[in-house]
Amino acid sequence: MSEVKEIKKKATRESYGEALTELAEKYPDLVVLDADLAAATKTGIFKKAYPERFFDCGIAEENMMGVAAGLAASGKIPFASTFAMFAAGRAYEIVRNSIGYPHLNVKIGATHAGISVGEDGATHQCNEDIALMRTIPGMTVIVPCDDVEAKAAVAAAIQYQGPVYMRFGRLAVPVLNDPETYQFQWGKGVTLRDGNDLTIIATGLMVAEAVQAADSLREQGISARVINIHTIKPLDEEIVLKAAQETGKLLTVEEHSVIGGLGSAVAECVSENCPVPVVRIGVNDEFGYSGPAVDLLKEFGLSAENIINTAKKMLNQ
Amino acid sequence: MDEAMKKQLRKMAVNVRKGILTGTFHAKSGHPGGSLSVADLLVYLYECRIHVNPANPEDPERDRLVLSKGHTAPALYAVLAEEDFFDKSELEKLRHIGAMLQGHPCIQTPGIDMSSGSLGQGISAACGMALAAKLDRKNYHVYTILGDGEIQEGQVWEAAMFAAHYKLDNLTAIIDNNGLQIDGKITEVCSPEPIDEKFRAFGWHVIVVEDAHDFDQLEQAFTEADRITGKPVAIIQKSIKGKGVSFMENQVSWHGAAPNAEQYAQAMQELETALAELEGSSCLR
Repeated sequence: MSEVKEIKKKATRESYGEALTELAEKYPDLVVLDADLAAATKTGIFKKAYPERFFDCGIAEENMMGVAAGLAASGKIPFASTFAMFAAGRAYEIVRNSIGYPHLNVKIGATHAGISVGEDGATHQCNEDIALMRTIPGMTVIVPCDDVEAKAAVAAAIQYQGPVYMRFGRLAVPVLNDPETYQFQWGKGVTLRDGNDLTIIATGLMVAEAVQAADSLREQGISARVINIHTIKPLDEEIVLKAAQETGKLLTVEEHSVIGGLGSAVAECVSENCPVPVVRIGVNDEFGYSGPAVDLLKEFGLSAENIINTAKKMLNQ
Repeated sequence: MDEAMKKQLRKMAVNVRKGILTGTFHAKSGHPGGSLSVADLLVYLYECRIHVNPANPEDPERDRLVLSKGHTAPALYAVLAEEDFFDKSELEKLRHIGAMLQGHPCIQTPGIDMSSGSLGQGISAACGMALAAKLDRKNYHVYTILGDGEIQEGQVWEAAMFAAHYKLDNLTAIIDNNGLQIDGKITEVCSPEPIDEKFRAFGWHVIVVEDAHDFDQLEQAFTEADRITGKPVAIIQKSIKGKGVSFMENQVSWHGAAPNAEQYAQAMQELETALAELEGSSCLR
């Protein structure tokens, strides 16, 4: 993985649109809804291939989520697609009451999550969606780290009965996984680097940064385990607790508020079962602002460099 | 509609009203006012329009009903009990811990097609069901009932736009126009009127029923709705909140309050009298 910088990059929203299109033939009940963002969420790829199974709801996300609920209640597998801000934010109560409460088989494809939306700024940078979705009983929350994992997650979500929130990004990110060998295991974390001094637990686009940080730390004599948590809910408590027991220190990294996301989920788990120090890297209790995505990630400490420095601090080095 | 049928519907409607009062009385809470205003509509729909089978409540071919104004669940529960989806004794356990019948409709209850009650949401789910029928080339019809206060929710108009855009002529929305919401008259709280013109402007075929408690008028409206193709139908039914219980009629205070023992006894007495009159006389109103 040391050649991370050289390998190809792709935005997971692109993977989302492609996966829907690739899976459409196999699953005739799969239908796609969007709210006037097909070009951005990449469901436009599906729309072009299967126009009769694509329904634009216009700029009306609340109704879109309700329509998805009705389709699911009638045997369809709807993928309701829009930006994370509107899927989890604006439509929250419809997702909770019309999809979550009746536990309907709706898949929510939320793109443009996090600070890496970039230039559009705070109004569109959703750093709260994982927290919001995680509190809905029965909701699965998936944050894939790259193209391969994103496509596999979409395929797995179709086979699962029940509501699923999938978080995708706008920014092209390194493709870490090998499509030939990768297997998506529902609710299971993935150990990408073994180590004993501490464990870096990352999700989404921060997984690549975590791997890069661990490799750099290793060169400096620090053995950092790296776990990719693609399913934030239900959380793989086993892998988290094992890391807590074996390495004694956990560092969580996510492109999301430090309140309510992966860091919170991990802290909740270990504080009740195996209390160890947990340090959370994420967006602190503040709004984002405009700027190029790559620069913003650095500004907000969502970088390998900040992971390295924080890890060293945790180890008093 | 022949007189025998009308008499049967009227008797059933009185029994449904008794069920509404029994449910809310035992629950010591709930929404009798709006439940009583949709009682006749629900009786008519389940007896004359909706094809469902209590022995197979999840039949994929069945017609669907989404009670978007979910707080009037007691009326729907009383009708479903009459239709044998569950035992009438369930009504006495309404809103109790561990009960089948929740404060607002829950999809797990036999005969309930969608969880609802957070206003404005049911009509969207109904759109999804109607769209699914189109995709699957199935003939089932989808009904959804909204309150006139409920249509203040913006989501209702998102759904109205969607239904017309996708030509959901297998969808009928009934707006229960009793003119009252919790804070007072709908025209004084934040007027949604003119309701008919709004739906027409959104591309719906609109039918106004002047007396929602007259089965002939309901029959006429739904017969007209049957003939409409290419667009969804909105039936605006002018109803009386609290209909059938003298001291509850047109009283906004009965929107969300349960009768006490004395009030319950009086209401049941009135309904028993109404039932006796129906049994004893062929001279109907």
